[in-house]
Amino acid sequence: MSVGASVGANPGAIQVDGEVLDVQRTGKYFVLSVTAPGITERTRPGQFVTVGMGGEESSMILRRSFAIQRVQARGMYGGTLEFVVSPVGKGTQWLTKLRRHDPLNLVGPLGKPFTLPTKPVTCVLVGGGYGSAPLIMLAESLRDRGCRVDTIIGASTEDKLYGGLELKRVSTSLTLATEDGTAGMRGWVTDALIDTLDSSKVDVVYACGPMPMLASVAAECTTRKIFSQCSVEESMACGIGVCMTCVLPVIGEDGMTRMLRSCVEGPVFRGDRVRWADVGTIPDGTWGGEGLRS
Amino acid sequence: MTRTIISTGKASPGSTFDLRTHLGSLELHSPVLTASGCAAAGRELDNYFDITAIGGIVTKSIMLAPRSGRATPRMAETPSGMLNSIGLQGPGVESFLETDLAWLQQRGARTIVSIAGGTADEFGKVAAKLRVAGGFDAIEVNISCPNVEDRGQVFACRADTAAQIIQTVRRNSDNKIPIFAKLSPDVTDIVEIAASVSQAGATGVSVINTLLGMVIDTETMRPALAGVTGGLSGPAIRPIAVRCIWQIRSALPDLPIIGMGGVRTGHDALEMILAGANAISVGTSIFNDPAAPMRIQKELEQELRSRGFESLTQAISFAHREESEAVTETAAGESIDHGEQNWDFISE
Repeated sequence: MSVGASVGANPGAIQVDGEVLDVQRTGKYFVLSVTAPGITERTRPGQFVTVGMGGEESSMILRRSFAIQRVQARGMYGGTLEFVVSPVGKGTQWLTKLRRHDPLNLVGPLGKPFTLPTKPVTCVLVGGGYGSAPLIMLAESLRDRGCRVDTIIGASTEDKLYGGLELKRVSTSLTLATEDGTAGMRGWVTDALIDTLDSSKVDVVYACGPMPMLASVAAECTTRKIFSQCSVEESMACGIGVCMTCVLPVIGEDGMTRMLRSCVEGPVFRGDRVRWADVGTIPDGTWGGEGLRS
Repeated sequence: MTRTIISTGKASPGSTFDLRTHLGSLELHSPVLTASGCAAAGRELDNYFDITAIGGIVTKSIMLAPRSGRATPRMAETPSGMLNSIGLQGPGVESFLETDLAWLQQRGARTIVSIAGGTADEFGKVAAKLRVAGGFDAIEVNISCPNVEDRGQVFACRADTAAQIIQTVRRNSDNKIPIFAKLSPDVTDIVEIAASVSQAGATGVSVINTLLGMVIDTETMRPALAGVTGGLSGPAIRPIAVRCIWQIRSALPDLPIIGMGGVRTGHDALEMILAGANAISVGTSIFNDPAAPMRIQKELEQELRSRGFESLTQAISFAHREESEAVTETAAGESIDHGEQNWDFISE
């Protein structure tokens, strides 16, 4: 099927009015726990939710997207889920000021999840900044399948690391890396990844974090012919596949580059398929690209 | 204090309200449509509401060949709105017919196909392919997309180029198919353009497309969009849309108008209908609430009922009535029934 044609995106997603249960500060980030009846039951690792901003009359029209870090399908409040917010803009700052029982409109679960191996293989998980959040749910699923899970998380500095405690609990091993050396090894997650890839047999690498990190992770894996799955963070307007904002150049099975939507054809992409160096451009030879220059 | 009413409480709250509207020969059971470019081809939204329950789906503008669209970033949020610079990404008309239109048809949704092109010839070819395929209810001709390389391609900026495109599309379409010209508010006199496309064979007009805007990212101190400029949409532009609808309705009392531009609630939809819109499209608000079209349809019905309207048709252009025709409520609870339509358009 051609791109741009609808591909039955996110058939399981629903829109619900949730309720804030908790807003917890951790380092530079905030973890929001919200009720999300109907969403939690269907969520798989790597999927995300979009959140309406500022109430019905808000001047912030666009929803914000957040990777789901964990779900609890049942419990005192029915289904609840957690996501991590980095309060860098107006919308995310508004979110961190919410209090228990405040309403929150949620749409999810959205996007293609990480694909899980059918056999108990060796996995390396790489997280940059709060990109490590969805790795928590992923690591749990992989461990349930008997996989070895070696996790590497990094950030520029200690208080931008996220999820160390939870990831230590669910991983076989955990390595920390900070650029300034305030926690763990001094350097980048890719330095630690290269060490791991060169010293042991790795079957699959999962990564979530900033684009430059994903580009390096994918490059290291592709050179070594190791399968990698990268969850991208692209700016989105709708999150459900209708606005065509969150596109990036991805090479298809037929060798053709197409501008794919991160929200429905991602956010998880095969590392060897994304044209990382060309993100933010329409590379030469892209399907339909000549139309622009005619 | 006196209050203007037409009649009160005739349709009981439980009964089905008559939301029917007409766009030329096309009758729709509801005036609420999706706006082109904000609903893809309906499939994704069908997850959040029954797309056959609203008036219809206006699909994302389709061109002759596949098109990658512009580089990213393509979007920037603005106060009560957003800028977009998508650049008409799409699969081309053939793939659209095979997959998207076929799906819409099978789903039973009313479909208005939006078409775009770089030249009159391209518009004509897309229309000709649609004519052969059939299976849709109307065409919306996007002659006003601001996200093209050459501003000269914004055909809706001039009456003669706008008319030329509409003529070409009309010539290549089935006579019975309603054709709507989507107009840009970025013009000196939108009425002149509306009159021109009407004469060229358009059944009606869709107003408004986005306005050309720009945002500078103060972190990078560069334009926020890769395409530098983009189309401004959302509630921020609603008063401009209402003004355009009003002006066109005043000058062209019988021209069918699809109103759009920042409709977020049933109240907003009513405002456009009172200004003269025969139908309304919901666009950017879908990004805010994927079920917005359905919600707005329900809210609109409520807004109409609460003002004593017995049908949608009664409310269309109601804001244009003569002052003297305003009816003053005389006593509490006393209703005055003025029957079908007791007012006329102002003639200019």
